[in-house]
Amino acid sequence: MAKLDLVAAINQALAQEMEADERVMLLGEDIGLNGGVFRVTDGLQKRFGPDRVVDSPLSESGIIGTSIGLAMAGMRPVPELQFEGFMGPAYDQIVNQAARCRSRTRGAFTCPLTIRVPVGGGIHAPELHSDSPEAVYVHTPGLKVVMPSRPYDAKGLLISAIRDPDPVIFFEPKRVYRAIKEEVPEESYTLPLGKAQVISEGSDLTMISWGAMVSVCLAALDQMPEEASVELIDLQTLSPLDVETITKSVCKTGRAVVVHEAPKTAGLGAEISSLIQEHCFLSLEAPVQRITGFDTSMPYYKLEKQYLPDEDRIISGVRDCLAY
Amino acid sequence: MPKEVVYSAQIERLQILGPEGQLDESLAQGTLSDGDVKYLYEQMILCREFDEAAFKLQRSGRMGTFPQNKGQEAATLGAAKALRKGIDYIVPYYRENPAMFLHGLPMHYALLHWMGDERGNAIPANLSMNPICVAIGVQTLHAVGIAWAFKRRKEDRAVICFFGDGATSTGDFHEAMNFASILKVPVVFCCLNNQWAISTPCGNQCASETFAQKALAYGMPTVQADGNDLFAMYKVTKDAMERARAGGGPSFIEAVTYRLGDHTTADDARRYRPAGQLETALKADPIIRTRKYLEAKNLWDATQQAAAEKKAKGIVHDVIGVAEKMPPQSSDDIFDYMYEQLPTELQKQKQTLRTDSIGLDPTQIGLQPPKERDTTSGKPMNAE
Repeated sequence: MAKLDLVAAINQALAQEMEADERVMLLGEDIGLNGGVFRVTDGLQKRFGPDRVVDSPLSESGIIGTSIGLAMAGMRPVPELQFEGFMGPAYDQIVNQAARCRSRTRGAFTCPLTIRVPVGGGIHAPELHSDSPEAVYVHTPGLKVVMPSRPYDAKGLLISAIRDPDPVIFFEPKRVYRAIKEEVPEESYTLPLGKAQVISEGSDLTMISWGAMVSVCLAALDQMPEEASVELIDLQTLSPLDVETITKSVCKTGRAVVVHEAPKTAGLGAEISSLIQEHCFLSLEAPVQRITGFDTSMPYYKLEKQYLPDEDRIISGVRDCLAY
Repeated sequence: MPKEVVYSAQIERLQILGPEGQLDESLAQGTLSDGDVKYLYEQMILCREFDEAAFKLQRSGRMGTFPQNKGQEAATLGAAKALRKGIDYIVPYYRENPAMFLHGLPMHYALLHWMGDERGNAIPANLSMNPICVAIGVQTLHAVGIAWAFKRRKEDRAVICFFGDGATSTGDFHEAMNFASILKVPVVFCCLNNQWAISTPCGNQCASETFAQKALAYGMPTVQADGNDLFAMYKVTKDAMERARAGGGPSFIEAVTYRLGDHTTADDARRYRPAGQLETALKADPIIRTRKYLEAKNLWDATQQAAAEKKAKGIVHDVIGVAEKMPPQSSDDIFDYMYEQLPTELQKQKQTLRTDSIGLDPTQIGLQPPKERDTTSGKPMNAE
């Protein structure tokens, strides 16, 4: 089995879905000849032609708005927005148009599109290239939001997203793009959307994370193997949330720590904390800890290391939660 | 040659049927037959009656806000007549009921939408149109995407996208024009310049002499037409649709017309419309112009007029009946169309609308096992 990084796994998923379904097409800035700024779509235009892997104008609302039209007319567009910081111009089309298409037409029209977006910090990128806006889209009814943490999951989740009949935002953590290589089966496979994954079982504390932070959590836990038995959950899909996996675990362990890159206030960690108190109130031994980015603008990269949750902050959060 | 003209252009304006109903016979060649004009005129009467009835429904509290089409019938119907029913595709904004009706939309759908019922947007599958679009300009991109799908699948179809003068100020309009011309997709942009965007006159919307010339910057064939002239609107749209279907890419049409009503029933144009403007516009009413033409050709008389008006009243009366007698939507409908498969959390939220205690029932949040519902005491479920 070949070892692939996240970029190669996503590339393979896109190629296989284009092979399997004539309706699938890609569009975005610099994704064709150039293969995308992260090379995720490398070679796909050569293989499938410029009509199916389309270099679009520099026009984010245009990319999503035309994708909505394509989807309504029976195609399966997979648009790329080059960085999460460029989602702003497309916000109206995503939130007010794509997300409402099915409900406002009582199912007469649907909008099966998968919006790929590189997300998050940690790669010394310029301004507006390192944010974590996932909570905004989780808060939007009608969308699904996915963020894998590693290559194997990314391939299966992306294939599911493309086949999903509803609009999906597929966030790709840039920091993971080249950081993890693992065995990825050559054949096409799917992983279910809406399912979290228990990465390691434990009995003292539940740690919940997603995207690039999952690896940081693992590294932190590696430093404290004797201190606690921690159950680590990788959410993978952020909307709809797998409430059952989260709450079942916390009802068992009685303690929970949520780790995310995005700002703290009204971040997804707040929703998870609330779900935990609704479902696990009588089992809780300690308040839910949130280890997150700060309620600040994402700093330029000289300070991004200080902004992003790291192993030390996670370890100290876990210790606080255990000691409560 | 240090200096040379690298680009120059001009905008043509087309009028075939003059304000007094006089027809330019040579320009009218190959456009509308007598039968077509009579049919479209009857449609104009029907749509005007629909507008008036909808206005009254709103005023009497039987319907929410409604935007009248009044004054734009010729522009909308003339353009729509140039499409092939069920094949070419209409992407409307919210003032194109006449075009949608001409292409088969059951009339009560338009009422349902403004009665706050999403079923008005559930376009029957055999029709070739999008539902009403309320956000300004966003639909221009959807039109390009739909036309793009037709092109990709090599279907012999083209799209017409309607929008107003205000929409040309949005970013989406320009992104759509740019995408369309680069991709050379079969779409016709039809700008219904009715002089007003709520209270903003088109002179505050755009500093260039015409809206039509905006298309020049996108390398797109463009024309201005008298929007109160059925013949001109039919001709420019037919030419543009044929060009689109033949692979010639997108075109732009500016239909110069006038909004005879308020922006919507929630608006009062007396607050901003200059004195005398409406009176002048009323004299240029496309219905009057078309009738003058038909009467001059002895195709129409007072008896036919009375019959057409009576017929229109009857149809609109029936349509209102259908809309008002629709069985109500269930609260389930709020949830059931959010996703193809309802996520677990939404299934739970859907259940809360079936209990006495929205969001307060402990069984809804998993603290207690569900109790048998006590239907005799009249107490809410969570009462001690």
